[in-house]
Amino acid sequence: MLRFALAGNPNSGKTTLFNSLTGSTAHVGNWPGVTVDKKEGVYKKCAEPIAIVDLPGIYSLSPYTQEEVIARNYILDEKPDCVINIIDATNLERNLYLTTQILEIDVPVILALNMMDAVEKRGDKIDASELEKRLGIPVVKISALKSTGLDKLMERAYETCKKPRVGKTVIEDSALKHLIGDVKIALEGQGVLNPTFHAVKLAELDELEVLMHKDTVNMVEAFKKTHKDEIFGDDFEALVADARYKYITKYFSPALKRKNEEKFTVTPSDKADKILTHKIWGIPIFLVVLFAIFHLTFSENLFFLGGLLPEGWVSFEGTAFEGVFGVEGINSPGVMLMGVMEVITTALSEVVSGWLSTSPEWVSGLICDGVLGGIFAILGFLPQILVLFLFFSILEDSGYMARIAFILDRALRKFGLSGRAFLPMIMGFGCSVPAMINTRTLADEKEKLATVRVIPFFSCGAKLPILTAVAGAIVMHFGVGNVDVITYGMYIVGIITALVAVILMRETTLKGDTPPFIMELPAYHAPQFKNLIMLLWDKAKHFIQKAFTIILASTIVIWVISHFDFGWNYLTDDKMQESILGGLGRLIQPLFTPLGFGSQLKAVGWVFAVAAISGLIAKENVVSTLGTLAACLISGAIIDVEADGGVGAVAIMIRETGITLPALLAFIAFNMTTIPCFAAVAAAKGEMPNKSAFKWTILFWIVTSYIVSSAVYLIGTAWWTAFIYVAVAVLVGAMIKLYNKKRSNKEKN
Amino acid sequence: MKKTLDKFSIGESGVVVAVDGERKIKRRLYDMGITSGAEIYLRKKAPLGDPIEVTVRSYELSLRNSEAACITLEVKTNA
Repeated sequence: MLRFALAGNPNSGKTTLFNSLTGSTAHVGNWPGVTVDKKEGVYKKCAEPIAIVDLPGIYSLSPYTQEEVIARNYILDEKPDCVINIIDATNLERNLYLTTQILEIDVPVILALNMMDAVEKRGDKIDASELEKRLGIPVVKISALKSTGLDKLMERAYETCKKPRVGKTVIEDSALKHLIGDVKIALEGQGVLNPTFHAVKLAELDELEVLMHKDTVNMVEAFKKTHKDEIFGDDFEALVADARYKYITKYFSPALKRKNEEKFTVTPSDKADKILTHKIWGIPIFLVVLFAIFHLTFSENLFFLGGLLPEGWVSFEGTAFEGVFGVEGINSPGVMLMGVMEVITTALSEVVSGWLSTSPEWVSGLICDGVLGGIFAILGFLPQILVLFLFFSILEDSGYMARIAFILDRALRKFGLSGRAFLPMIMGFGCSVPAMINTRTLADEKEKLATVRVIPFFSCGAKLPILTAVAGAIVMHFGVGNVDVITYGMYIVGIITALVAVILMRETTLKGDTPPFIMELPAYHAPQFKNLIMLLWDKAKHFIQKAFTIILASTIVIWVISHFDFGWNYLTDDKMQESILGGLGRLIQPLFTPLGFGSQLKAVGWVFAVAAISGLIAKENVVSTLGTLAACLISGAIIDVEADGGVGAVAIMIRETGITLPALLAFIAFNMTTIPCFAAVAAAKGEMPNKSAFKWTILFWIVTSYIVSSAVYLIGTAWWTAFIYVAVAVLVGAMIKLYNKKRSNKEKN
Repeated sequence: MKKTLDKFSIGESGVVVAVDGERKIKRRLYDMGITSGAEIYLRKKAPLGDPIEVTVRSYELSLRNSEAACITLEVKTNA
């Protein structure tokens, strides 16, 4: 099958073109070894089917970003039959800069002038035949958005791919011309493919090329000594970039006939930008937008209209959909969809348990509670994850995301992160899974890794029940504090943990300069429904695949060990303490002693250990496990976790185990900062560059949760231990500073 | 008059004379169209004063003050 590669700048409409060309045949994978999306699909309207590969959006073929290296290596090594270079016609000069580099490779190229509708709307004209003559490749005007010109583009691309093309460079007026010519001849002599491209890159002393052609580098170095440009000195990289832009402004820019010669006109996008990045209002507006997103995803009292409804109002009362629309308040779309999902999964469970009513109890238990219960618990998150993802995709697509990064960059730089890292972290308050996937927008690998690792510390929606149940029980049993204050305080502990962890990582294991912030701010535009839906569909597919593999396997294991004893006898729910899990709980209980909920507790103290472990499947399990176990302890007592959010169950546990107040706070802190749920672990694994990074991440979570919750417990128990922690922290900080200083001095010498 | 981009005030524009700094940052600036002769117009500064937003080659680019300090321009007098 023929293979065409789609190359172009970010925001040039590449994704839209790709979606229009490939439709439902598109599928997303990863490029080997990295987590950059690799999209492939098939175009079927030509004489033969054509595979279309969407290269990452890039500005240049320089070797400084992962995306650039991927695109460059793909065109050079995989030798596609044709490169379709899509460019944003409203921004000709910078887009053509990449074109001048692609033209140096020996591959058929066709130029797609996208967004022609916007150009024409402005009243400007582009002379395509003039461009075609200058570039020596076909040029086709298209509008990916309106799907115009696409057939013609593919027709001409199909013709083009049949004729081999030899690379050509635009660096003709430059003093480097001779050098490039000589290097090219030398490379041809060595039988190197794409000699023009490699010759130009060698002249720039491109890092990758220097490694590839060690012998030929001498030629460049020798030339460098004898030749110095009066303006650029011996910075040939600058010379080449300059030559490209000079050529573009001299020969290509005249093809654009502007109606309005004024250079800095005010567009509607500029007007929107004026408000959204306003000096005073920019940040408040952002906070409102953020709040609105969370409100629309997680609120059970949409727009706070609950007060207007009659007391005790329940939507669809008496039907299967009871409460889906809301109870004493209108549900947000996210909660509504979750309700619908719950109705469906409950119905399915009932059907299945009906079928299994005659089979042995452990079979129906395994299938209904273990398999289905596990999958449905995870699928229950899906609607909210997707809704949250949809909103953040709209932010990204509309161009507002870039502005958020712009507004917040200054504040985040203190932690060694760029403005872009803020959103994934905030998304973590909703759900870690979409938050971790969103870290793909971070260009710097180390920044991304640090961000993924701290996302779970931004306590997600599923961890909230732990907070409210334990805090509620604390107030009830000890008669101190206030649920809101405790909850709020624990959120702050999570945020501080995240920030400290980021600083530590950026100073030690993930050291690196704050990534540069030289970033295009694309014009605002309405997001595209079709693109959004395709994106959501991909995410949903990925998530469901994971739910049915890694997550399913782990829920079955947990169910089995909580329902069988060591003699493989089946146990009912209320005998969980005799199960393998119970045994293991008692075994690992001492591990939690420094955290206050280990061996110091009375007989049934292992329940806290078990609850914490069951949280690995889904954090909701922590409270429900406590509820189940509380029911076993007080035989006959009916503990409805649903009714009071688990407060009563936790209160019973406090009474039975004699756990102290600081230990309860440590328990919350542990659950907030330890390994997140399986779904999040799987998402994190997907974003890791390699296996060892993933292993270190798991270890990092365990160690962090241990340190944080033991600190909470010890300081809570004996306040003066705070001084020890502060002293140790200062000492560690000073040691790291000293070490880094020594190291950088060594590097300088 | 020549000065670096970080010293510009909002509304000022100039023509790029030279780009210095670390190789990686320099390269990124070139790739984004900041080469000698390019005209840069300072549109705005972020609410916290940094980064800044400029118009170059008819599109909007954001960069930090530290990166803007690498760019020397000949100031255009708004006659």
